Formats: sequence, C-alpha cells, structure tokens
Amino acid sequence: MSAEPLAVEVAVPVTPRIFPKSAGPSTIGAPTIEKETRAEEELDLPWHVVVHNDPVNLMSYVTMVFQRVFGYPRDKAERHMLEVHQKGRSILWSGMRERAELYVQQLHGYLLLATIEKVS
Amino acid sequence: MEICRRKNQIEISELDPFLAELLRQIPASAKTEGAPAAEQRIFSPPINGKETELCAEWKMYVEPELRRLFQTATQTVGADLEQLNGNEKSLASRTLRIPTKHADAWLSALNQARLVIAAKNNFTELELSDHLRSPIGSRRDLSLFQVNFYGFLQEFILRELGC
Repeated sequence: MSAEPLAVEVAVPVTPRIFPKSAGPSTIGAPTIEKETRAEEELDLPWHVVVHNDPVNLMSYVTMVFQRVFGYPRDKAERHMLEVHQKGRSILWSGMRERAELYVQQLHGYLLLATIEKVS
Repeated sequence: MEICRRKNQIEISELDPFLAELLRQIPASAKTEGAPAAEQRIFSPPINGKETELCAEWKMYVEPELRRLFQTATQTVGADLEQLNGNEKSLASRTLRIPTKHADAWLSALNQARLVIAAKNNFTELELSDHLRSPIGSRRDLSLFQVNFYGFLQEFILRELGC
C-alpha cells in the first residue's frame, strides 16, 4: 500500500510558460509570456493531516470518521484506516495550514490521534 | 442480553444487573479528572515537536470546545441511561431504548470511556486484542471486559448506522 497521500492539494511553483503566437510551419512569431500568479500564502509549503495508530479505536469507527470528515468513499476510507493500522500512520489530506488545523480539530472531536505536519 | 433495532430505536433488552451497571458507568468512566494519562490521550496535541504557540492556542480555544462536545455526548447518554434507574430488583428484566438520533452521542461517550479506561490501566495492544480472555479475576480484567463490552456496543451502533 502506498504511503502517499490519496488526496493532495499542493501549491505549485510558478514558472513562466512560453507559447508561440502562431503554430504555423513557416513563421515563428515573437513569444508571448504567460505568467501565472498565485496568492503568497498558496506558495507556502503544504501541511499534512496525519492520523496515528491507536489500539483502542475500532477499525469500523475510524473508517466512518474518515468518510464523515473528508467525505471519502468507503473503500478509500478503509485504505487509509488499514494504513494507519498496519504502518502506524496515514496522511489523510495535504494542503493549506488553516484547513489542516480544522481537519485535525474535527478528528480530535471524534477522539482520533491526529496531528498536522509541515511537508519537508 | 439482546440487542436489536426497532424502528427509530436501538433496543437492549434482557439486561442483567451486571451489564446494566456497566452501562450506567459509561458517563463516570469517560471522566478524565485525576488521570493525567487519560487527559493527555483525550486532549492530544495537534502537532508533534515544539510548536508551542500552536499548542498554547489549541489549549485556549480548541480544547474548551472539545470538552463541551464530549460533555454534551455523555450528558445525552446519561439521560438515556436514566431508564435503568429505579428498583434494583427489577434490573434483570430491564430494557434500554436508545433513540437512533442519539447514536453519535453514544459512539462518542463509549469511545471516551474506552480510551479513558485503557489509558488509566495502560492496556497493551495485545491485551486489547485478546477477546477470549476469561474469567474476570481482577479489577484490571474487569476494566478490560468493560472496554470490550463498550466496543461491542459501538460495533452494533455503527452497523445500524450503515457504516
């Protein structure tokens, strides 16, 4: 099973892309530089929401929580639950810090062991 | 003991005095007061390492909300459990009816109680997965039985919720 997050929202580094004005075979026009812009906070490294293994919480309960909190379908929630059980932890979501903290708060509300981790 | 779903209720019937008492102990068992290990488990930090600012904010703003959430759940369960109060002699034939709209409160209270008992007793993963352990010969055995009994109820409620 992959340890990679199954749902990832990452900030993409901005690189100018160059597109030719014309794709015609005989003339090559001056290039137009399209520059993507993102809000400053979006360029920050994302954060992971990590759920840690806990011998008390029932597997079926943990699966239900993943479905409710992240809206994951049952099979995806089960994959994450098994990853927590077998590997000790699973990355449930990655993205902006504020939202990651909100997810952790929700998971604590369901009494799961969850933390945020900055992507290194 | 029998447990089944009847319309909008989960019905636990044929409750003997021992299991009825275990049920009545759910709210008290969920309390973390005086048990630092349980307190630490229920209110775990949101981040590993030394992010003291986040941990301090969490304690100030999030933890009180979580406490309220958990308390509301145990209060709901406590109110449902009042059905079991009364004449001790008739406990053997008591029936507990849990409205399905209280299912989430029961899942939370049962989970709180299981986590607190496990933390207080420092149960190992091996002990917690030993469902054939018998008979109850000590206070520790009784606590383990309590954790497993509450887990059984959680499983039933989850099944009834279609999880």
